[in-house]
Amino acid sequence: MAGTALRGRLTWQVATVAALTRETASVCTIVLEPPDWAGHRAGQHLDVRLTAEDGYRAERSYSIASAPGERLAITVERLDDGEVSPYLTEDLQVGDELELRGPIGGYFVWEPGDDSPLTLLAGGSGVVPLRSILRYRLRTGSAVPARLLYSARALPDVIYRDELGQHHDGVQVSYTLTRSQPPGWTGHTGRINADLLANVAWPAEANPVAYVCGPTSFVETAAAGLVGLGYPPERVKTERFGGTGGP
Amino acid sequence: MEPLDGNAIGGLLIDVFGAEMTGVSGTCGYCGNTGPVAELVVYRQAPGTVARCRACGNIVMVFVEVRGTTCVDLMGMASLGQPGAA
Amino acid sequence: MSPISRGFHRRRAPEGEAGRLPPGQYLTEGFPVLSAGPTPHTPLANWTFSITRSGASKGSWSWQEFQALPAEDVTADIHCVTRWSKFDTGWRGVSVDTLLDRVEHDGRYVMAFCDGGYTTNLPLDDVTGGKAWVAFDYDGQALAPEHGGPARLLVPHLYFWKSAKWVRGLDLRDTDQPGFWETYGYHMYGDPWREQRYAGD
Repeated sequence: MAGTALRGRLTWQVATVAALTRETASVCTIVLEPPDWAGHRAGQHLDVRLTAEDGYRAERSYSIASAPGERLAITVERLDDGEVSPYLTEDLQVGDELELRGPIGGYFVWEPGDDSPLTLLAGGSGVVPLRSILRYRLRTGSAVPARLLYSARALPDVIYRDELGQHHDGVQVSYTLTRSQPPGWTGHTGRINADLLANVAWPAEANPVAYVCGPTSFVETAAAGLVGLGYPPERVKTERFGGTGGP
Repeated sequence: MEPLDGNAIGGLLIDVFGAEMTGVSGTCGYCGNTGPVAELVVYRQAPGTVARCRACGNIVMVFVEVRGTTCVDLMGMASLGQPGAA
Repeated sequence: MSPISRGFHRRRAPEGEAGRLPPGQYLTEGFPVLSAGPTPHTPLANWTFSITRSGASKGSWSWQEFQALPAEDVTADIHCVTRWSKFDTGWRGVSVDTLLDRVEHDGRYVMAFCDGGYTTNLPLDDVTGGKAWVAFDYDGQALAPEHGGPARLLVPHLYFWKSAKWVRGLDLRDTDQPGFWETYGYHMYGDPWREQRYAGD
């Protein structure tokens, strides 16, 4: 695939909010209908711009949650001290307009033509672009084996839980809950570390490619961990969300 | 506020270069480290956007928006590959 | 033409007193951390503050010597070029007058230099006469590293990019040369009341 065509420069367009789905108490998926969408690649993001009545503008980037070919959707986590995310997750209504541009990103993308086993490491809302990758993998009937390790504070914070639970087709999903676990929890606990990665990630000999996404500190630890397992650095793709430390 | 990476300035780079740049390979003018633009360390909250080499920390790109025009300084980069060539 | 995002507004802040907010600014309750690089962590045992003249040392203080200097409490409104302002911020620091009084000095301009490589230029007149401090406490506590600790320059009458974080000294000069942001297009002087954000304003 040659990549999404660009019309020279990215232009802002006004999309309509078509649907809103609450994923967790602080996370919402927004389905958008832009008038002129050229499609996207799994892993890309788009920029959203809000304009207040006094002309004040705020711009943020959000990973695309949908797979190429599906209705465009982003998943947004409400940050307590945020300015845009509380608006998007609590005030936005179906029928509202949202200015966006995209898709953006040519590095943190996955194509089904690559048959390398996939190691996907998600920290909190870092799961969003990885979910796009998994949905695209499914949509295209790819047989590439995938392992997702998803680090979250607690079970109620896990996004797409039901959907991720439905993967049986060569996708292994593991969770590590870092702050609290439900009674009888048999999954992993605590922040990601070398031991957990050795346990869960594809071994380096399998020649995997890794996608690591989440708060900066999570990505630093996780990516370094994979390199420590023998992954060549160029086979570990990273996307940092920046944040308050995360899960 | 933790720094981001070059993915976060994907849109800005398209504005400036007219092309997708995050997968493009750049070489640091200070230490010679080569890697994708997506892996630069990016600080966005200052009066301008600053991208630093992940290996040595020196500044390789600065973007400042002055009265609606984005001014770019790439003097910290020894080279920047062609868009589309990762 | 961007559509108005129904119901969107900036974070709510208290109403500013009329005339106290420079043009184009809004009041914030937080204290945003703006940085162009990683937070330096210079151990106090290695910290010095120097006055130099075109690079040659005229005087230098270790942290202990610096703490022994007379210090002042300062309350000031501060204004960032990114448009947030904060009223009545409380600091404690050594007046730049106190430092300059202790060294032979001349020159008409200073370049503040800092850990991490940041620099900013100011006229000597704007850091003397009770207008500038090297501040080491904020809001009654030791200045946090992300806000410029152990010490930062404090020059409240100019945009806050002139209040250089992690300051390590002032270099006296004959001419006004652009520091870090000034080199990239920000105003050489930076008076918030004349909205001097960019060169040419």
